[in-house]
Amino acid sequence: MVTSIIRRFIQALFVIVAMTVIVFLAVNVIGNPVDILINPDANQAERARVIAEYGLDQPLWRQYIDFLAGLLRGDFGNSFVYGRSALQVILERFPATLELALSALVIALVVGLPLGLYAGLRPRSVASRIIMSGSILGFSLPTFWVGLMFILLFSVQLGWLPSNGRGETVEILGMRWSFLTEDGLRHLFLPALNLALFKTSLVLRLTRAGVQEVLPQDYIKFARAKGLSERRIISVHVLKNLMIPVVTIVGLEFGSLIAFSVVTESIFAWPGMGKLIIDSINLLDRPVIVAYLMMMVLIFVGLNFIVDLCYTLLDPRVRLDAKR
Amino acid sequence: MPNGDAMDPQLVDHIENAVSETQTLTSERGRNQLREFFRSPGAVLGLLTLCVIIIVAILAPYIAPQNPYDLSQLDILDSRLSPGSESFSGVPYVLGTDAQGRDILSGILYGLRASLMVGVLSAFAAAIIGTSAGLSAAYIGGRVESFMMRIVDLQLSFPTILMALMMLAVLGKGLVNVILALIIAEWAVYARTVRATALVEREKEYIEAARCLRLPGWRILFRHLLPNCLAPVIVISTMQVARAISLEATLSFLGLGASVTEPSLGMLISNGYQYLLSGLYWISFYPGIALLVTIVAINLVGDRLRDVLNPRNV
Amino acid sequence: MAALLEVKNLVTEFPRHGAAPVKAVNDVSFSLEKGRVLGLVGESGSGKSVTGFSIMGLVDAPGRVAAGDIFFNGENLADLNAEEMRRLRGRHIAMVFQDPMMTLNPVLRIETQMTETLLAHEKMDRAEARARARDALGMVGIPSPEERLSAYPHEFSGGMRQRVAIAIALLHSPELIIADEPTTALDVTIQAQIISEFQRLAEERDTAVIWITHDLAIVSRLADDIAVMYAGRLVETGPVAQVLTDPRHHYTRGLMDSVPSQNTRGALLKQIPGMTPSPANLPSGCSFHTRCGGADGLCTKLPPEIWEGERSYRCVHPLGARALDAITGEAVS
Repeated sequence: MVTSIIRRFIQALFVIVAMTVIVFLAVNVIGNPVDILINPDANQAERARVIAEYGLDQPLWRQYIDFLAGLLRGDFGNSFVYGRSALQVILERFPATLELALSALVIALVVGLPLGLYAGLRPRSVASRIIMSGSILGFSLPTFWVGLMFILLFSVQLGWLPSNGRGETVEILGMRWSFLTEDGLRHLFLPALNLALFKTSLVLRLTRAGVQEVLPQDYIKFARAKGLSERRIISVHVLKNLMIPVVTIVGLEFGSLIAFSVVTESIFAWPGMGKLIIDSINLLDRPVIVAYLMMMVLIFVGLNFIVDLCYTLLDPRVRLDAKR
Repeated sequence: MPNGDAMDPQLVDHIENAVSETQTLTSERGRNQLREFFRSPGAVLGLLTLCVIIIVAILAPYIAPQNPYDLSQLDILDSRLSPGSESFSGVPYVLGTDAQGRDILSGILYGLRASLMVGVLSAFAAAIIGTSAGLSAAYIGGRVESFMMRIVDLQLSFPTILMALMMLAVLGKGLVNVILALIIAEWAVYARTVRATALVEREKEYIEAARCLRLPGWRILFRHLLPNCLAPVIVISTMQVARAISLEATLSFLGLGASVTEPSLGMLISNGYQYLLSGLYWISFYPGIALLVTIVAINLVGDRLRDVLNPRNV
Repeated sequence: MAALLEVKNLVTEFPRHGAAPVKAVNDVSFSLEKGRVLGLVGESGSGKSVTGFSIMGLVDAPGRVAAGDIFFNGENLADLNAEEMRRLRGRHIAMVFQDPMMTLNPVLRIETQMTETLLAHEKMDRAEARARARDALGMVGIPSPEERLSAYPHEFSGGMRQRVAIAIALLHSPELIIADEPTTALDVTIQAQIISEFQRLAEERDTAVIWITHDLAIVSRLADDIAVMYAGRLVETGPVAQVLTDPRHHYTRGLMDSVPSQNTRGALLKQIPGMTPSPANLPSGCSFHTRCGGADGLCTKLPPEIWEGERSYRCVHPLGARALDAITGEAVS
């Protein structure tokens, strides 16, 4: 078991290194940083000075080593726009994104799981058909447009909920959170719902598929033959088998929620790192872009690693494989 | 590789046809699948809608009341008119106008053109690249295969929008770059599926027979493996067109895609965003409906295609 | 004495799209007394498992018991509601399934799967339930039961898993156990062990058993009575000693001939010609007549159930010396 964890850890490290190479090459070779960094009107001496300052006259491998060394120190250079450490700028925005993504995840699970369970247990009922058609809509609706319609309906027409910003926040553990104040919650609700829409459909469909895979199994019939109540069969025998896909969703899709928050944050002016990256791309703020990409790589690889660990904890069969 | 004159080419053809499962069954199976497809009312509705959308998009320059991107045709006095109002010169704007006095209906028609083009082009290019990669990986095997599949897995573990953002961050903004980003973000899906299908096919007897005939590798690939991998490619392609359209709209909305002079549905919706709070809903609403209908129609067709063609691994 | 289980004219149907429903079990009647073992024999698809599930009230939807009555301890099971049926299952009627690799939930510990069976029917604390589960495991011959309780199913071999399933079935000392080919998926040596283990436990508790199988050798060893099923109908029933030495129905004969035995070594095995008919498209009359050597025009009409002492059969051209006596209703010694 320990060796398999170590092996997975080394694999994860390898992926991270591979991604640093890709990000480095993408930013420094395909895109020309000189064009970005230097005013086109600058004279020759000015150009040479900037090139030397950023080490762009060094051979590529040398630049990569410097890049890696910077990475390890958490030094991505200073943001062109904010004039401060790019990593710091990102980290300041991170709690807002985290809060938004977590809220969306909770909504997706709280709504998607029961509906998926119902649709799986009663596939022929009218309600199930409505749920399944709704989930197709949930897949098809473009998130950004739904966000706009939320604003139009709840903020403009009905005036129930605010349409931008985080509202009032409370500071805990050095980070600001919205969900603890009433005003903050009101601000959080629409963006979280918007971000959750697609994942809710996904959770719903996966849950239904899982239920329909488990229900015809002999062990469910055997459980009935033992005289167990339907409640026990569903809450223990079916749900325990569903935990594996659900953990996968929670783990892997959480990363994707953070990535997709780019859209939702832009619509609802949510001050997270998704909005930051869009602004940075528009303003060509290269250090922030690189810091964001590396942060996302780290989040994704980390989540993959954690999900792998959860598998071994949840599924006894995988655990046995690991022992061998 | 065999030298061609060793075997009568007609004989090779004959044996090839006899051993290939697809060649003999295609026409009859195809007809049955077609009949099966039309049995679903949802799919038929989707297909009809899609046909209308495509025709309307193609004919946009002829049926649109104005060319919304020809600034000389726009009149600032007509700006922000609500749906149904008449222009300064008396022409009705069925769906209203935007801030530049652009007719929304015309914008939608031209926008559909751009969106469909982006969707089809990127899905088609990604299909060609991904299918070639998947097929060759399955055919070559060994280290090349595992290396290629490592890359595919790595790429698939990141969401498409992140890949697209990364590409746009590097390449810069613009519709062409969006198409490039979509291709790079989506080819891996094809590669993985085609490889999985090809792996199954590779083990079948008719491939063995084709190898025994010492047919050249490219011939086995294209005449025998490829036709059997087409079903999943078709299914993924429909879904991918829908995804690409949605993603392009999203990126354009974020200001990373189409420039103001390049019409696309995402651009129109984005234009209306700032007026939403002041109640000018139609600028964003109607293009959004057009986008939604297009995506749902494609998905309905794709869903049914998946059921009918029933490819594994999708 | 009243029979423990009495099945009367049972019909279990599976609806079909745009056609008459398939009768997987058609007009089946038999009874079983306390402590007796009934071997329910037939090929796959003959309806023997569906008969078992009909008694348990566990026919997979959209299938349903369409007609007939099942009396258990004098009570008509059709009158029970879902909750009463649940209380019956596992406690009074237990079932063991065919494939031990599939009957235990892979993600739950053996302990959980055993104690939940106890707690579903009796009030007791966890420690007591655990102790009973442990004793049950020991009883079916699982070594170091205390440790094995906390294991997961995949840590057991197929034979051991079937022992666990049998232990679960025996937890409440049910009056009736329906064993649906419990040894088919196992190695021959394990089969023999499981069968004798089962036999011992059933005898100790005076449990009635319906042993569903296609293996006549097992039936001859284990069962008191036999019921032969073909295409949803019972074609012959009676005490094993009579039926298997002197079958009346041609199908029973065919089954017996296709069992390899010691004294016919070297000779070719006889096969029943043809294929089992599809239940969706049965021949009229005696469903077996298309494959039967002795069939003629009479066989296209459904033969009546003919009783001959303790045994019965449905055949207009019965085999055996006393066939004529049977028609005159004379008892067989």
